[in-house]
Amino acid sequence: MSQNTLRRVSPIVYVMVLAAMVIFLVPIYMALITALKNPAEINLATAWNLPSYPYWQSFVEAYNMLLPSLRNSLVLTITGTVLSALVGSINGFVFSKNRFRGSEVVFTLFLFGMFIPYQIILIPLFQLLRAIGIYGSLYGLILAHVVYGIPITTLIFRNFYDQIPDSIVESARLDGAGFFGLYGRLFLPLSVPGFVVVGIWQFTQIWNEFLWGVTLTKQSSQPVTVGLAQLAGGQAVNWNLPMAGSFLAGFPVLLIYIFFGRYFIRGLLAGSVKE
Amino acid sequence: MVGSKKNTVYSMLILLPSLILLLVFVYGFIGNSFYVSLTDWGTGAALRENPVKNLIGLENYRQLFTGAIHERFRQDLINAIFYSLFLVAGTLGLGLFLAIMLDKGPKGENILRTIFLFPMALSFVVTGTIWRWIFSPKGGVNLIPTWFGMERGDFLWLSSREKVALFNWQSVPQIIAFILFVIFAFMLYGGWKNGRKTQTVWGAVLSGLMLFYAAVLHYLLPPILPYAEFHGFSLATVGIIIAAVWQYSGYTMALYLAGLRGLPVAMYESAKMDGAGDITYYLKIAIPNMWPITLSAIIIISHISLKLFALIFSMAGADNASTGHPSVLMYLITFRANNFAVGAAISVILFLMAALFIIPYLIQSYRARR
Repeated sequence: MSQNTLRRVSPIVYVMVLAAMVIFLVPIYMALITALKNPAEINLATAWNLPSYPYWQSFVEAYNMLLPSLRNSLVLTITGTVLSALVGSINGFVFSKNRFRGSEVVFTLFLFGMFIPYQIILIPLFQLLRAIGIYGSLYGLILAHVVYGIPITTLIFRNFYDQIPDSIVESARLDGAGFFGLYGRLFLPLSVPGFVVVGIWQFTQIWNEFLWGVTLTKQSSQPVTVGLAQLAGGQAVNWNLPMAGSFLAGFPVLLIYIFFGRYFIRGLLAGSVKE
Repeated sequence: MVGSKKNTVYSMLILLPSLILLLVFVYGFIGNSFYVSLTDWGTGAALRENPVKNLIGLENYRQLFTGAIHERFRQDLINAIFYSLFLVAGTLGLGLFLAIMLDKGPKGENILRTIFLFPMALSFVVTGTIWRWIFSPKGGVNLIPTWFGMERGDFLWLSSREKVALFNWQSVPQIIAFILFVIFAFMLYGGWKNGRKTQTVWGAVLSGLMLFYAAVLHYLLPPILPYAEFHGFSLATVGIIIAAVWQYSGYTMALYLAGLRGLPVAMYESAKMDGAGDITYYLKIAIPNMWPITLSAIIIISHISLKLFALIFSMAGADNASTGHPSVLMYLITFRANNFAVGAAISVILFLMAALFIIPYLIQSYRARR
């Protein structure tokens, strides 16, 4: 129906979408005005009012408080994203273009790991990380994110490689390309959009993760979600700091979403819509 | 497409490390959690190098469902069901509404889509922190009535202890039996109508058994709890449901919008020719045609509803019993109280709830791929 752009759009539609838009933006408005208020000006009764003047100091303070955890999150997220994307790419290549007897069963075994509530693996994971001595370090978190990221990255790459016609693969094989030649010379160079989708997906997932962050780290290795929860959790803290902190913790993923929204949605739909 | 023998060997070698990792970290760990849930690990020095673990069978589960000390678990379980129901209803309803509005083709569709979808990109901790401020008892939404000259609202969005739709935990087996009776009765009816003999017989036997339990046996057998214990829909969860619907409606909107755009234009045109208005078109033609999308949305959203841990944690705090969820209780019992066995039992229950949605979904997608 979208092709039919000449059709007149009823004003009711505009009223509805405008109302929805305003409601959707309320949390952003509240967070922004509260973060920009001087702590002395924050008062429950005037929670909706604009600040009398913008007070930027809260962002500086929140930044200083979150800096160690922001740094941890950056290291964790980049390492985890790159590693799980690489593993997913080569796995996806196998599942898409090198199927063998039983590969579909193996693929389904892989996928299952994507859907479990992570509480079910939390106690053994906690025990294993303690046993091998990386509990409470960033390595433990990275390991968890890479391993449990394999299913989704493999799925997205498989769907991506499925779009490359088999005939190209056949003719490359006839020209003598072996398994690794085909992957390295043909598929990897074609994979840039796939890496973008997987990279964005994994980046947001790992950056936003909280359960492992709160159970498998110590103070020194906390990711930013845990840092923010602590910043906001203290009763004495004034609300300007948690709000400014929310912006800082949400900023990287929001930036990605605004610039690469199209790819983000593709990752989003990968798990739910079959090709 | 099947490659040569050499390719197959390489393929298997490439997959082997991932397969081993997933066999250990997914399947092995799930098995381990099952095992831990059958022990008494956690009484005494749980974090010692070689903690004492004795097998005690299903005792932890029995305690969770019928033991006096785990009343919170039972309310959390009820909360989890309500969280799922309202989250599914809310995101599907609002998402469909937004998709239809955008399908009408208003100007600025890209901006609108971006606005409706951006909450999904954010962490539950970020949005939870903001929503906690919006739902604070003396500010935020409670101030809205004052704009219209009314008194400030006094609802305790996240800490109200009020519950509605109360029911006695003792009658849960009866309720479940009755629900199963209805399902099996439908099976009986379907079998009888289509002349399938086996289905008719099974439907009759099973629905009869369930009815017999609900109407007779339930009153003869000893109750599962020695005293009446009332649970219901906790009103403090409303705020969290609103925040979660806000965060995930954009997702269902994206699904439905893709679905609406995928419907052939001829479908709309011919509906118009037959004199159908827009409302009739969407209700009678578009929505029924998008049933597969609705089904996957229900599965995905129900599944997300089991992962509300971070949102509840940051909006209401882990210790807040009124907004509790089994995933939060699992965290408290395992990592604050060091009671690993009971924590594992809760995680197994959560896992089984998720498996209820996921296993049929995986089997279906496996069949579709073949």
